[in-house]
Amino acid sequence: MCLAVPARVVEITDEQSCRVDVGGSTLKINRVLLEDVEVGDVVLVHAGFAIEKYDPDTAAEVLDLLTGQ
Amino acid sequence: MNLQTGYGTRSDCERYADQIHTLAGDLPDRTFHLMEVCGSHTMSIARHGLKALLPDKIKLLSGPGCPVCVTDEGYIDNAIRLARTEGVILTTFGDLMKVPGTQTALERVRSEGADVRVVYSPLDALEIAQEHPDRRVVFAAVGFETTAPGIAATVIQARDEGATNFLILPAHKLVPPALRALLDDPACRVDGFLCPGHVSTIIGSNAYEPVVTDYAIPSIVAGFEPTDILEAIPMLLRQIQTRQPRVETQYHRVVKPEGNRKALETMYAVYEPIDAVWRGIGPIPKSGLKVRETYAAHDAYAVFGISDAPFFKEGPCRCGDVLKGIIGPRECSIFGTACTPRTPLGPCMVSSEGSCAAEYKYGTGGEA
Ligand code: SF4
Repeated sequence: MCLAVPARVVEITDEQSCRVDVGGSTLKINRVLLEDVEVGDVVLVHAGFAIEKYDPDTAAEVLDLLTGQ
Repeated sequence: MNLQTGYGTRSDCERYADQIHTLAGDLPDRTFHLMEVCGSHTMSIARHGLKALLPDKIKLLSGPGCPVCVTDEGYIDNAIRLARTEGVILTTFGDLMKVPGTQTALERVRSEGADVRVVYSPLDALEIAQEHPDRRVVFAAVGFETTAPGIAATVIQARDEGATNFLILPAHKLVPPALRALLDDPACRVDGFLCPGHVSTIIGSNAYEPVVTDYAIPSIVAGFEPTDILEAIPMLLRQIQTRQPRVETQYHRVVKPEGNRKALETMYAVYEPIDAVWRGIGPIPKSGLKVRETYAAHDAYAVFGISDAPFFKEGPCRCGDVLKGIIGPRECSIFGTACTPRTPLGPCMVSSEGSCAAEYKYGTGGEA
């Protein structure tokens, strides 16, 4: 039940939330568990919350897989 | 490409498998038991048939890595009691619906007319509470450290927004104390741990240091793709071979030594550690979380004045021994006969991530 998926941040909507792209569909998630989230970050999403940011070195690789490149 | 199956390549897998065979060849002539403590590991290993790639002397065991499987009957009974209470909407993650308490399961209670709703996020439960100010909405809060911070954040939001009808019934479990309990069992035969990746995202790899120091147990924080797991196994074998047990991280993509500090602060703002009963295993000191006094208004235990009556059922189910890695699922005498995913007699068969369910669905490699 600790399943979590990577998603790319596409919009900061408000203090608490952001929109992310998960394999082509967008989803509003809560971001209060992370210090700072910016558009373009790749985050790990679990039960409606961003719980961690991907390390920038591997984020690109993860993102390629996400977008099927 | 699907990330859940697409990370890494076949040649990576073959390379790691070769390393595993070489390293195993150099180890003394006995069986080495490596235990994963995460339902997502259990599923990935089963789905991708990873056990078949390993030499005979390397066995993978599934530990208590599924928070649903270790949720006590007494807790389920309380959730059911609340679901049947006038004016209550009981919300829960889907995983909990089929888990039997001492008498029945939430799914059955719902079919009898109780208002039980499955949600994807605790935030959905809060939304239900805000839509129904005249009802009390109780969220059955199960999960490891991965899940607890989000639930804590939801409680804080409920308080800030004045949603006094939003309550949680927590049955969280913490992983490091469980590792200690496993190693304290004289029947334990674990030679190394694959530590759960997403729990570690929150608690950080440093959280395992005290256990590793006290028990000299090799430990690798691993991700969930087949290549992650196959890369972590040679790392473990090298520690075993050189007798240098320590905590290493394979899953660098999202695991830092210190974890996610903000998530931990949020979790401990709302919760404090308590002793907790693990189904099939028993009580483990400081392995659960209770709601702090400051948030008592959102604590279903406090509001309804209930406590879990821990219940140990004598019966044929050997989930406890399965969870501790003492036996494999197939060594339970009723595996696949009286106990199947359609007629589960124990929690390890109920949750799709349970060791018995994974073994039933994907077969092979069930002996420990
Ligand atoms: S097969 Fe069923 S009864 Fe046996 S240990 Fe697994 S869940 Fe329990």
